[in-house]
Amino acid sequence: MISPLAFDIAHLFAGSLVLVSFMLLYQDRMTGLINTFASHALVVSFSVAWQAYIQQAPHLYITAGIALVIKAIVIPLALHRIVVRLGIHRTIEPVVGIGLTMLAGIGLIALSIMVMLPITAQAGTLAREDLSFALSVILLGLLMMISRRNAVSQVIGFLSIENGLILAATGAKGMPLVVEISVAFSILVALIVIGIFLFRIRERFETVDIHLLHEHRGEQP
Amino acid sequence: MAVILDLLVQFCEMLVVLALAPLLAGYVRQLKARLVGRRGPPLVQPYRDLLRLLRKEAVLAHSASWLFRAAPYLVFAATWVAAALVPTFATGLLFNYAADMIAIVALLGSARFMLALAGLDVGTSFGGIGSSREMMIASLAEPAMVMVVFTLSLLAGSTQLSFIAAFMQGPGVGLRVSLAMALVALIMVAIAENARIPIDNPATHLELTMVHEAMILEYSGRHLALIELASFVKLLLYVSIIACVFAPWGLAVSGQGGGAYLIGLAAYVVKLAVAGLLLAVFETAIAKMRVFRYSDFLGSAFMLGVLATLLLFVSRVT
Repeated sequence: MISPLAFDIAHLFAGSLVLVSFMLLYQDRMTGLINTFASHALVVSFSVAWQAYIQQAPHLYITAGIALVIKAIVIPLALHRIVVRLGIHRTIEPVVGIGLTMLAGIGLIALSIMVMLPITAQAGTLAREDLSFALSVILLGLLMMISRRNAVSQVIGFLSIENGLILAATGAKGMPLVVEISVAFSILVALIVIGIFLFRIRERFETVDIHLLHEHRGEQP
Repeated sequence: MAVILDLLVQFCEMLVVLALAPLLAGYVRQLKARLVGRRGPPLVQPYRDLLRLLRKEAVLAHSASWLFRAAPYLVFAATWVAAALVPTFATGLLFNYAADMIAIVALLGSARFMLALAGLDVGTSFGGIGSSREMMIASLAEPAMVMVVFTLSLLAGSTQLSFIAAFMQGPGVGLRVSLAMALVALIMVAIAENARIPIDNPATHLELTMVHEAMILEYSGRHLALIELASFVKLLLYVSIIACVFAPWGLAVSGQGGGAYLIGLAAYVVKLAVAGLLLAVFETAIAKMRVFRYSDFLGSAFMLGVLATLLLFVSRVT
C-alpha cells in the first residue's frame, strides 16, 4: 500500500502528461511543437523515475534515464535540425480546426477513462489511473497523427504514443529492462528511418505534405 | 442577539468590499504605470473619479428608455450581492448560506445581461458592437466557469464557497493536478470577465479594442459612477473567489470573535496586494489578443475545466 502523497505525486505526473498531450494538439508552429514534445518526454521520465522510487524498482531509473536522454534531448535536437534543413519552421495546418480537435481529444479522454475503470476494477489504484491516462495519451497521439497533414508532426504524434506506452508499462509492475531498452532503440531507429523518408518525400514532391502521396496509394478512385 | 451580531459582521463585510474595490483598481493602475516607467495616478484616484462623477449631472440620450436608467442600479446591485456571498476575510457569514457558487455565476450573468441590454438600448452602433462582443465572451467564459465549479464541488462535496474553503484548509485535499487545472481555468475566466488585457484593455478608448467601454459609452454622471464601481467590485470579487478557494490561509470562521476577524482582514489585504501585483506584472508583460482569438483563449480555459473534472474520476477518493 502506498501513501496518499506518493499516489498524488504519481497522479500529478500522469495528469500533466495528458495535459502536455493536449498542448501538442494545440501547437501550430513547428519549433513550438518540438519543444512541447521535449517537455512531454521530460514529464514521462519524471513519472517513470517516481514510479521507480515508490515501487522500489531500480531498473526503472534506467528507463527514466533513457527517456530523458534519448527522447527529451537527442530526438528534439535531431528534429530541430531536420525542420531547419527542410525549411518548414512556418505554421502547420491541421486538417480540422483546433477547437474541433480539442473536443475530439476530450471525448477520447472520457472514452479511455470509461473503458479502463470497469476493466481494471481488481487492480490497484495506481495501476488503474496509470492505465487510463496511458490509454488517453495513446489515443491523443493517434488523434494527432490523423489530424495533421505535415509528416514531421505525424512523427511527433507517433513518438508521443510511445511515451504513453512507457507510462502503461511502468504502471503495471515488472516490465523487463531488456524490453525497455530494445523499445527505446527501435524508436531511435524508427526516427532515423522516418528522417530519411522525410528527405526522400521532399526530394520527390518538394514538400512534406503527405496529401500528395495519396494519389500514389494504388487505390482505384 | 447572535443573529444581530452576525448581520452586523455581514454588513461590515459588504462595506469593506465596497471600500476596498476602488483601492484595488487604483493599486493595479499605479503598479502598471510604475512598471512601464511612469509615475502613475495616486492610489486614491478611483475614489476621486467616483466622487466627481457623482457630483456631475447625468446626461441621457433622447432615445434612452427607462431600461437605460434602471440598468446601472441593477448591475451594481447584482454585483454587490454576489460580492456579499463570497467569503472575503471570514467564512460562514450569514449570507454565505443563502447561495452557492452557481448563484454567484448567475448573479454576475444577469448583471452582464442588463449591461448588454443597456448598450443596445440607445441604438448607437458602438453600443451594439460592444454588447455583441460581450455576449460572445460571456457565452465562452461561462461554460468554463461552470466546469471549474463542478470540479471544486466534486472535490469538496458542496458548491458553497464556505465549505470549499474549509475543505481546502483541511488535510484531505492533497496534491491534485485537477486543482492546478481548475486554478488556471479560473484565472483565465477572471481575466476575460473583468476585461483585463489579453481580452480587452480597460484603459483605452481605441475603437477596435473596446468591449466593456463601448457598452457604457453613453453613460455619464451617477450612472457611470455606479457602473465603474460595479466593475471594481467585480474585479475584487474574482480575486476573492480565487483567494478563498486556492489560498484559504488566515480566513476567520464566523463566531470566532473580533481578533480572528482582524487577522482575517489583514490576511485578506495581503492576498489582494499580492494578486494585484501579479495582475499588473501579467498585464504589462502580455499583448492584447485579436478578437478572433478569444475563442481559442477561452476554449482552452473550458478544455482545462473539462479535463480537471475528468481527471477527478481516476484520482484518489477522499
